[in-house]
Amino acid sequence: MEDKEIQNESIIDRKIGLELLHKMILIRRFEEKSAEMYTKEKIRGFLHLCIGEEAVAVGVMESLTEADNIMSTYREHGHALARGVDPGSIMAEMYGKQEGCSKGRGGSMHLFDTKKRFYGGNAIVGGHLPMAVGMALASKKQRQDHITCCFFGEGAIAEGEFHESMNLAALWKVPLLFLCENNLYGMGTALRYSHSVQEVEKKGAAYGVESAAVNGMDVLEVKKAAKKAIGYIRKTGKPYFLVCNTYRFRAHSMFDAELYREKSEVEAWKERDPIPTLRTKLLKDGLITKDDIDTIEKKVKAEVQDAVDFAEKGTFESVQDLTKFIYSNQR
Amino acid sequence: MTDTKTVKITYREALKQGLREALINNQKVFLMGEDVGRYGGAFAVSKGFLQEFGTDRIMDVPLSESGFVGAGIGAALGGMRPIVEVMTVNFSLLALDQIINNAATLLHMSGGQINVPVVIRMNSGIGNQLAAQHSHSWEPFYAHVPGLKVLSVGTHEDARGMLATALEFLDPVIIFEYTSLLNIESEIPFDAGAMDIDKAKVRRQGKDLSIITYGPGVYKALAAAEELMLSGIDVEVIDLRVLNPIDNTTIMNSVIKTHRVLIVEEAWRSVSVSSEIISRIMEGAFFDLDVPVRRLCGIEVPIPYAKHLEDASIPQKEDIVESVHNMMQHD
Ligand SMILES: Cc1ncc(C[n+]2csc(CCOP(=O)(O)OP(=O)(O)O)c2C)c(N)n1
Repeated sequence: MEDKEIQNESIIDRKIGLELLHKMILIRRFEEKSAEMYTKEKIRGFLHLCIGEEAVAVGVMESLTEADNIMSTYREHGHALARGVDPGSIMAEMYGKQEGCSKGRGGSMHLFDTKKRFYGGNAIVGGHLPMAVGMALASKKQRQDHITCCFFGEGAIAEGEFHESMNLAALWKVPLLFLCENNLYGMGTALRYSHSVQEVEKKGAAYGVESAAVNGMDVLEVKKAAKKAIGYIRKTGKPYFLVCNTYRFRAHSMFDAELYREKSEVEAWKERDPIPTLRTKLLKDGLITKDDIDTIEKKVKAEVQDAVDFAEKGTFESVQDLTKFIYSNQR
Repeated sequence: MTDTKTVKITYREALKQGLREALINNQKVFLMGEDVGRYGGAFAVSKGFLQEFGTDRIMDVPLSESGFVGAGIGAALGGMRPIVEVMTVNFSLLALDQIINNAATLLHMSGGQINVPVVIRMNSGIGNQLAAQHSHSWEPFYAHVPGLKVLSVGTHEDARGMLATALEFLDPVIIFEYTSLLNIESEIPFDAGAMDIDKAKVRRQGKDLSIITYGPGVYKALAAAEELMLSGIDVEVIDLRVLNPIDNTTIMNSVIKTHRVLIVEEAWRSVSVSSEIISRIMEGAFFDLDVPVRRLCGIEVPIPYAKHLEDASIPQKEDIVESVHNMMQHD
């Protein structure tokens, strides 16, 4: 019965198809605009783009409810956008404006929006995993039925905090989705140079955590795998480890000469670009037309421009407020 | 008459009563830490709690300091009121990332959206021949970090009452408790309860010289003061109690009154709490000093095992008495 439902996940209708395509294109164009604004020095500091990885953010977020908690890394613009965090508030955050989703205190790597249950933006690799366990533990203790979804890269799997967190989550049986975006590189270090076992999903077995790997370049496959994982978590209350195999088309950050990989490798992966993949499928299945794509592109262009306008119009917080938000001193 | 009634209890018992009361008063409070349950607590502070409160409220955790401290922080984000016990301060180094990068920063990085109401207790101090890796005084470390409230429990009254107040605040609180005091008995008011966690306290009024100290220094300084009284020297003893943020007013009022200051702490001298207090006195009460401020600190050596060397590594009552005599001879 349940399996059938999940089977049906890959059969999509026009509405869902358009929605998935829209979200992925929004992320792509937003990231491209962010890079542009970086070169114009509107955005500073570290900026990590997720271009190429859009299917993961969109496919996973689709299957979560508004009550679920999200935690992510410094490469989180896509997750935030897919979650419905306002693009303007994200752009303003990167501009350092007080209209930003973290009032300009966080920047690109620390997007927060508690209304969307989006709990950052953590820039210590693996640092948010223990907290995600704790959030899931709190849900369990309070007998709430929402789950926590924690995004991280394969680089985090080498950290002790990953292993501690997997063990704790399994031991305590908490509703947590460990969502690994395996883009094959941690900065310039390829998977094969950092992991003794490169099918990282196998690591779940050491902790008795149900695990799977999926093609992260296909949003429908991600969606299906995420639905299955989340269904399992909701049913059993136990954690699940889902690895989405993907690739980042751009540099690690804006300070990366990409000495560590061949252009041809990047080009080969671009053949599997998640956006054309979905677009082609939807066109072939007759669910959408070329006009629909133009409409989406136009809409996204306006959304991204609105975000930039919002950020441009934003204001800088007074220096007098510098030491705000150190202590709440509230009881 | 009734409010002068006192009871004689050990420091351990005082901690235990405070903890038990917290667990009874708020169902969101739970205790997590290594060996807090079945073992009864490494220092027997939570002995019997597992039987009284059950495994949901008293959680034994695996040896994963970063993992479970992070989980405590996450549980606080998720609406619980966790008390995380790190067996001793020495092992808290493995959780420093969680405490500093997450607990202390989330309120700020999120632009004020996220509170982290976690209490982290750790046993601490020097004096049981535990050698270099088990004899750390990391109070200055933690006191250095904006966003953390850092308490040092130097008396039985505070052992009984600081936790209750710490649990009321929405900010993360680090509590230092001291192994060397656990078995010591003292009188506390019969109805002792919640204590403020904002102010330093004058533990003994005096007019000739101020000893400023915290933690295990408090009872040593009080004993030294009694002895000095025999020589007609009337010493004031200030217990800092709160190492971050530091209460300037109480310090300055005392300097203005006695014009002489000796600072006593067990932590290593350089870049210590005493360094900070001296700077503040220079900035705020320099012209009120009759003699240069002096301090007795931990000798800068990894704490040795041999008893006589260990004793020589930290200030003792005799050292305090001698230093005060020397300072009084300046007149
Ligand atoms: C604990 C820690 N070590 C090192 C870094 C520096 N650093 C930032 S991103 C990164 C690579 C992480 O790779 P991965 O987890 O696979 O995520 P990706 O960047 O590929 O999305 C490194 C080494 C860091 N931020 N935190």
